Amino acid sequence: MQRAYIPDFIARQPWGVILPLSALVIFGGAVLYSAAGGHLMPWALLHVVRFVVFLGMAMVVSRIPAAWYKNAALPSYALLCVLLVLVELLGRVSGGSQRWLNLGFMQLQPSELMKPGIVLVLAWFYSVLPPSEIRTWRAIAPAVVLLGLPAGLVMLQPDLGTGLAISFGAVVIMFLAGLPLWLFITGGATVAVAAPLAFFTVLHDYQRKRVLVFLDPESDPLGSGYHITQSKIAIGSGGLFGKGFGQGSQSHLDYLPEAHTDFVFATMAEEWGMIGGFFVLIVFALVLRWGLNVALRAPDRFSRLLAAGMVTTIFFYVCINLMMVMGLAPVVGIPLPFVSHGGSSMMTNMLCIGTLMAVDRWSRPQDGVLR
Amino acid sequence: MRQTWTWPWSKQTKPLPVTGAQLTHSFERRTFVLGMAQASVGLLLAGRLTWLAVAENAKYRAASESNRVNLTLIPPRRGWVIDRTGAPLAANRADFRVDLVPDRVVDADATLSTLSKLLGLTADRVSDIKDKLEKARGFQPVEVASNLDWDKFAAVSVRLPELPGVIPQRGFSRYYPTGPAVGHLVGYVGPASAQDYEKEHNPLLITPGFKIGKDGLEKHFEERLRGVPGARRVEATASGRVVRDLGTREDVPGKPIQLTIDAGLQDYAARRIGLESGSVVVMDCATGDLLAMVSMPSFDPNSFADGIGRIEWKMLSEDDHVPLRNKVLRGLYPPGSTVKPMVALSFLEAGLDPEASVGCAGGLRVGNRVFHCWNHRGHGTTNMSKGIYQSCDVYFYHFAQQIGMDKIAAMARRLGLGQEFPMPYPGQSYGTVPDPAWKRRKYGKEWAIYDTVNATIGQGYMLVNPLQQAVMASRLASGLQLTPRLLMDRHAPRAPSLGIKQEHLDIIHAAMNEVVNGRGTAGKARIPIEGVQMAGKTGTAQVVGLNIGNGKGGLWKHRDHGHFICFAPFDKPRYACAVAIEHGGGSGAAYPIARDVMTFLFDRAKAMEVLEGYEKEWGGNVQQRMAAKYNAYAAKFGASAPEAPDDTQAAEAVEADNAPAPEPTAAQTDAAPPAPEPEASPAPAETAAPAAAPTPAAVAAPAPPQPGA
Repeated sequence: MQRAYIPDFIARQPWGVILPLSALVIFGGAVLYSAAGGHLMPWALLHVVRFVVFLGMAMVVSRIPAAWYKNAALPSYALLCVLLVLVELLGRVSGGSQRWLNLGFMQLQPSELMKPGIVLVLAWFYSVLPPSEIRTWRAIAPAVVLLGLPAGLVMLQPDLGTGLAISFGAVVIMFLAGLPLWLFITGGATVAVAAPLAFFTVLHDYQRKRVLVFLDPESDPLGSGYHITQSKIAIGSGGLFGKGFGQGSQSHLDYLPEAHTDFVFATMAEEWGMIGGFFVLIVFALVLRWGLNVALRAPDRFSRLLAAGMVTTIFFYVCINLMMVMGLAPVVGIPLPFVSHGGSSMMTNMLCIGTLMAVDRWSRPQDGVLR
Repeated sequence: MRQTWTWPWSKQTKPLPVTGAQLTHSFERRTFVLGMAQASVGLLLAGRLTWLAVAENAKYRAASESNRVNLTLIPPRRGWVIDRTGAPLAANRADFRVDLVPDRVVDADATLSTLSKLLGLTADRVSDIKDKLEKARGFQPVEVASNLDWDKFAAVSVRLPELPGVIPQRGFSRYYPTGPAVGHLVGYVGPASAQDYEKEHNPLLITPGFKIGKDGLEKHFEERLRGVPGARRVEATASGRVVRDLGTREDVPGKPIQLTIDAGLQDYAARRIGLESGSVVVMDCATGDLLAMVSMPSFDPNSFADGIGRIEWKMLSEDDHVPLRNKVLRGLYPPGSTVKPMVALSFLEAGLDPEASVGCAGGLRVGNRVFHCWNHRGHGTTNMSKGIYQSCDVYFYHFAQQIGMDKIAAMARRLGLGQEFPMPYPGQSYGTVPDPAWKRRKYGKEWAIYDTVNATIGQGYMLVNPLQQAVMASRLASGLQLTPRLLMDRHAPRAPSLGIKQEHLDIIHAAMNEVVNGRGTAGKARIPIEGVQMAGKTGTAQVVGLNIGNGKGGLWKHRDHGHFICFAPFDKPRYACAVAIEHGGGSGAAYPIARDVMTFLFDRAKAMEVLEGYEKEWGGNVQQRMAAKYNAYAAKFGASAPEAPDDTQAAEAVEADNAPAPEPTAAQTDAAPPAPEPEASPAPAETAAPAAAPTPAAVAAPAPPQPGA
């Protein structure tokens, strides 16, 4: 009855995810407001405005039909690869590593966009692969190439965190696509063996140091271990209910590094305590559960894999960031979705959300066709 | 799902082709697994969060608090060192200072060049600071400048944001009003070294502006003088910017120490030594209180407080007057004829009649070798009194052989020679009072007659430090077993008697009075005060054999040491004094100083008048002369002077300076000790020469040669 008074366009939006997300973003805005010493600028306002803008973008994205996604998969992947090469070349020219292209109005990180990009292209690839081929090399080799090219380029930058994020998304798609389980088991075993080797050969010095310091943060309390130590102090000192809004000494006195970006969770937990932390975890749980349900409800193989891949991308961000700030993972530069200040990550995550919303639409019978 | 689970080597079983429905089924199962994995990561994170925020809350709360609150120690004001009247020998004055904390400095060169512009630092000072910055560890602060005026201090303060690691603050610094006069007496303070910090892990040590005692009393009484630091609690950012003041606790100043020293006398004596290298010790004959203990030339402890600069170091280390050696406690000299009253007293105690005489013909044959008297023309008939006031060597040669060395040595020890006194200074030298047992122990050789002969005139193996000489003078004067005292103690028990008969002392006193006020060797030492007569004894100690120099002129290094011991008034001794002048060319360099110092005790104005006359000739007082010398060095060498040593190296260098000469070098066997310059009969240089060195080779030889060799 009531529904009739609400415009159809608004009623059809998946409010079950938009409302918790908005709450999280506004909460994030409050944290950034406090981190800026009680000012909307430079972070809090921009953070909320960006969310609104990208939410609009997500709604637009959600109306794109499945066929367009499929058609765009390969070209967009190719474009991103070209951009990655371009970034690499620019970096070489200007000396030192560079990860972004300056577009004037914002700085675009192609590697950031590659996270949903790899999901899209692999979902497309497995949807066009005949089911009978799934246990042959033809199911694996192209996927490995599709993954290896961008992952290699990103790691060259060098950006280990994003490289791992891309790989993780891709591997989860392969897993869900039905590749034989033994591949993942032996793959996992190989990684377990190769990781120590890679640690000594492939990793850069600063990356190696980060890993070492992660294993023993107290070994370098003023250097790389400083981040982890200060973050744990911030979270731990917050206690159950936190020190109060605007009262976080760790962030306000600059002890906490990157208090508004990578370590925003620590900033939050210091002022809002464990309760605030649980709120963030619960919102992410709601969003991810909604995403997996969308994937399970999805009408075809492509949309299923696409949705699950997008969920995985968001999950990887959240998981690595939170593990990092709580001292369970080494320091890698990965922000917390919807809370950390930063345009690129907000855009990527909202693209994922928009894609999930699109898949959600496709699975509703009445929305199956383009209006 | 089970059928999709195949091993690569089981391929030949040819499973049925996979269908889309199977893949969908597999997708659903695997998505479920994925969801479970995500949920368990979520639970893990929630658990970790709870662990950090609840279980470890207290630990991290404390860590956060220690981050937030910055405790700045306020260096305590150091206890004063005051003299017997309460006048300061070492005090504190408020000042503005600027320090650098090496760990926080970003660009040392840029920071220093800005600072040198703001503060007007000289090139050599900048080089000194750079050296220290390189050597300093971590948070050990390096002093840039102290005692700044407000304008310079403010100029640095306003530019702090661009000068990370620079710490301007107002505090207290050590101040020695009389500077060099108390350098060796009080010592000096300086920033704690890395070694100090290793010994005592006290954050106070690396607080900018804090100084610890580095030498002398400042070091010995560090604990007492230090006090308890105050603290300022502030809320500060990670980069050290103060956000809010949380409260201040005042410091507790260190306890003062009161010395028996008379600041005026100490300063006077230091100035009176003038251009000479020597020491003056004045003691109270009733209590043993040290009224003055001066070693000059010295260093200015005020300028040592900020570390030793390169020019200063060059100046001090190149000075052959060894300004870094505390000559009172670390200088060892053959006492020369100053031992004669003591030897005479031992004769009296041994029962010698003071009127027993010997005919002095200018020398005495001992064994097959002639030992000369300083006066080659001889003194004629000489009794004990004349032996002392004319310093006749032959008298002592003769009777010493009768009485024997053991009795003489016992008296020497009784009067303080060779004795160790509990003074709060490290590395004192105590010298030697030789006797047959000592020689057997030390060299495994038998005592020879000529050893006795040498010892009775304070040559040969005998070595004393100026403090011991002063003690000897005070004990001779008072007959009391006085111990030198530096710390004021008004309730100290009276010194016990030495147990020497007063009539014996009276004989010695009369003879010593004659030295100054009669027919003696130091007529010019008479003090210009009505009713106060000073008794004394001259002494001249050879440094090199007569084959090298006659001891009067020539190379400074080869001139004789001059000694004088005295007390006044002679009939009712109140003050005793010992003066030792290195290479003064004889006792003539020593007793005028003793005379003026003693005069000062009775009439300050009169003594000052004399001193001011001298200082006009010398080119100003001690500080003025040191400043002039410093400027000359600075103009000549500037920043090119070699780097100043750090504390440890400096301490080693000082140690080397202070090492006493190896004992046997003074074993002069020359039987003709140089004249103590009596006005009565100046010995012509030629007459001194012939007797020179019957044993030339023996002069510097470690072991004494056979007589007549």
